[in-house]
Amino acid sequence: MTTETKLPFDQEYITSFSKDMNEPDWLTELRVQALEKADALPMPRPDKTKIDKWNFTQFANLLVKSEAFASLDELPEDVKALVNLEAKDSSLYIQRNNKPAYISVSKELREKGVVFTDIFTAAREHGELLKKYFMTAVKSDEHRLTALHAAFMNGGAFLYVPKNVEITQPVQAIFVHDNAEANVFNHVLVVAEDNSSVVYVENYISTVPQADSQFNIVTEAVAGNNARIQYGAVDTLAKGVTTYVNRRGIAARDARIEWALGMMNDGNTVSENVTNLVGDGSYGDAKTVVVGRGEQVQNFTTNIVHFGKRSEGYILKHGVVKDSATSIFNGIGKIEHGASKSNAEQESRVLMLSEKARGDANPILLIDEDDVTAGHAASVGRVDPLQLYYLMSRGISQAEAERLVIHGFLAPVVNELPIEGVKKQLVEVIERKVK
Amino acid sequence: MGGSVLSIKDLHVEIEGKEILKGVNLEIKGGEIHAIMGPNGTGKSTLSSAIMGHPKYEVTSGSITLDGENVLEMEVDERARAGLFLAMQYPSEISGVTNADFLRSAINSRREEGQEISLMKFIRQMDSKMEFLEMDPNMAQRYLNEGFSGGEKKRNEILQLMMLEPKIAILDEIDSGLDIDALKVVSNGINEMRGSDFGCLIITHYQRLLNYITPDHVHVMMQGKVVKSGGPELAQRLEAEGYDWIKQELGIEDETVGQEA
Ligand SMILES: Nc1ncnc2c1ncn2[C@@H]1O[C@H](COP(=O)(O)OP(=O)(O)OP(=O)(O)O)[C@@H](O)[C@H]1O
Ligand SMILES: [Mg+2]
Repeated sequence: MTTETKLPFDQEYITSFSKDMNEPDWLTELRVQALEKADALPMPRPDKTKIDKWNFTQFANLLVKSEAFASLDELPEDVKALVNLEAKDSSLYIQRNNKPAYISVSKELREKGVVFTDIFTAAREHGELLKKYFMTAVKSDEHRLTALHAAFMNGGAFLYVPKNVEITQPVQAIFVHDNAEANVFNHVLVVAEDNSSVVYVENYISTVPQADSQFNIVTEAVAGNNARIQYGAVDTLAKGVTTYVNRRGIAARDARIEWALGMMNDGNTVSENVTNLVGDGSYGDAKTVVVGRGEQVQNFTTNIVHFGKRSEGYILKHGVVKDSATSIFNGIGKIEHGASKSNAEQESRVLMLSEKARGDANPILLIDEDDVTAGHAASVGRVDPLQLYYLMSRGISQAEAERLVIHGFLAPVVNELPIEGVKKQLVEVIERKVK
Repeated sequence: MGGSVLSIKDLHVEIEGKEILKGVNLEIKGGEIHAIMGPNGTGKSTLSSAIMGHPKYEVTSGSITLDGENVLEMEVDERARAGLFLAMQYPSEISGVTNADFLRSAINSRREEGQEISLMKFIRQMDSKMEFLEMDPNMAQRYLNEGFSGGEKKRNEILQLMMLEPKIAILDEIDSGLDIDALKVVSNGINEMRGSDFGCLIITHYQRLLNYITPDHVHVMMQGKVVKSGGPELAQRLEAEGYDWIKQELGIEDETVGQEA
C-alpha cells in the first residue's frame, strides 16, 4: 500500500527548472522519470523507527533566493569557524541553501586535472562525466525518497579525481542553511579514479535556529582500483529540519573508502551509510558519532556489504542520547557468497544520559560464505555513577565529570577523524550539544 | 601549625538498609598518621566511603567534620576541594579520558576560572611526580586506569595524592597487590607528603607497609566499630598473633558487621 500524496511540484515545473539550469537532456529525462515513479514507490523502512508520519514530501519551496558570497569575509561567523581562513590556496565550495555561493579551487587541483564544482556547473560543463556516475551507486527507483531526490535535486557538488592523482590538501564543501524556508535536495558525487586518493570533508550547517523544512541528501563515493577516499562529514542541521541522508560508497579492487561522520543534527534524521566492497581486497571503514537531544528521533543504519574476496569492513559507532531523544543504531555486516577470506567487524555503543532518553544498538551479521571472520559488540547503557563518584572525589564538579565521561565515550571515534580541523569543530559541537 | 582536623563522632552508616558502621569515633589531625587494621568485612572501606560521600552509603547518625565544617552536608566534589582525599580500594576505569586530562581537571577544579594551571607547569609537575613514583611516562596519556594492572592503579592513586596535596588522605589498602619494589615506591610517595599540614588514615592488612610508614596511632575495627586503639606496637602484635587475642579480650565471637558484641 502506498499513501497517495500529491507532490508539490509537477513535471512541468521540474522540466522548466532543468531547462533554466541548462541541464543536459539526460538529466532532465532522469528527473522526469524519477518524478513519475515517486508516487508508486514505497518509503524506505529504517529498522525500528516508524517514519510514516514524518513529512518528507510536502513543502512550499524548491528554490529560495540567496545571494552569493563575494568573499569569505562575508560568511556568517559560524560558517567562518569552519574555514581555514589562513590557507591561501584551498579548495572550498560553499553553497547557500540551493545557491552555489562561493568556490575556490587550488592550484594543485587545477594542475592535476581535478574537477571540483557545484553540481549544476558539473551538469553543464562535464555532462558526460557526470552521467557516467550520477545515481549509479544510489538508484533513483530504490524508494520514494531517492526518486524525489533525483527529481528535485537542487544543489550539491561534484569532485572528480583522475587516475593516479593523489591530492594532499583536503577538499571542503560547506552547505549553509540560512533560510528557514529552504528545502535542500543535495547531491554530492565524489569519484576517485584508479590509484588516486582524496580527502573530502563536508559540513551541513544551519544558521537559522529552527525551521520547518526538509533535507534530502544523497552522496555517492566511487573509488576505482586501488583508489582511496577519506570522506568526513559533520551535519549540524537545525531543529525542525527533517533529514534523509544516504551516503553510499563503492570500492573497486584494493580500494579504500573511509567514512568519518559526525551526526549532530537537531531535527529528526534517517541516515543510511552503505559501503559496497565490490572489488577483491577492498576496504571499508565507517565511523559515526551521534548526539541526540531534545525530542528528536534519529535512525542510523550503517551497512558494509562484502562482495570482493579478502575485503575488510569495519563499523564503529558511538552515540549519546539525552533529554527525550531517541537514537537507533543499526549496523549490518553482510558477506556475500564468494567473498572468501573477508572480515566484517562492528561495534556500536549508546550512552543514555537521562531517564527518558532511548537508545538501541542492533548489530547484524549476514554471512553467506564459510571462509570468513566476523565479530560484533554492542551496548546500551547509562553513565556509571561510580565513575562520576571517582572523578568527583578528586574535586571535579558533577557537570565537569559528566562532560569528561561523555567525551571519553565518544573519543574512540572522534580521535579517528582524519582531518584535524573537523575533529576540533566536532568536539566543539559535541560540547554545545551535551551541555 | 596549619594542620587540619577530621573528626568522626558516633558514626552510623547503612548500605541498602543494612547497618554496617555502628558508632565509629576517630580524630585525625594534620601531622598524624593513623592506621586502621581489622579482619575482612568489618567496615573499613565503608568508613572511608562514608567520609568521601559514596552515593550508596547512607549516614544515619553521628557526624563528620573537617576543621569544624560539616562534611556530611557537602557534595563529593566539595569534600575533595575542602581537603579530603580517598585512595580507593578499587579505583574506577574511565575510557577515553587521559590520565593527564583528568588530573588537570582535578587541579583546575580547585582554582578560579582564569587562574587555571598553565599546561607547561602542569606537565613539569606531573612528569616529576611520575618519575618519583617510577611510573612509565606513557601512563600520562593512557586512559584513566583503563587496563592498568593492580599495582599500576595503586601507584596512580598515589600520583593523584601527590598532585592534589590534600589536607587529610585516606588510603584504602594502597598496599594490596604491590610487589616489594612498588611497596617501597608507594611508601616513599606517602612519606614525601608527611608534614604538619598532612594527616593520613591508612587502611591495611599488613604490617609490612607500616614498616615503611611508621604510624602514630593504630586502630582495630570489628563489627563496624573501632574496638581497640594503640601505638605502632599494636600493629606489630597483630602481625605476630592475629586477631584472636583481641576477640577474646572483648568477648567477640564473630567479628564481621552482622554480629553484635
Ligand atoms: N551493597 C551491600 N549490601 C549489603 N552488604 C554490603 C554491601 N556492601 C558492603 N556490604 C557489607 O558491609 C560489610 C563491610 O564491608 P567493607 O567493604 O566495609 O569491609 P572491609 O572492612 O573494608 O573489608 P576488606 O578488608 O575485605 O576490604 C561487609 O560485610 C560487606 O559484605
Ligand atoms: Mg575494604
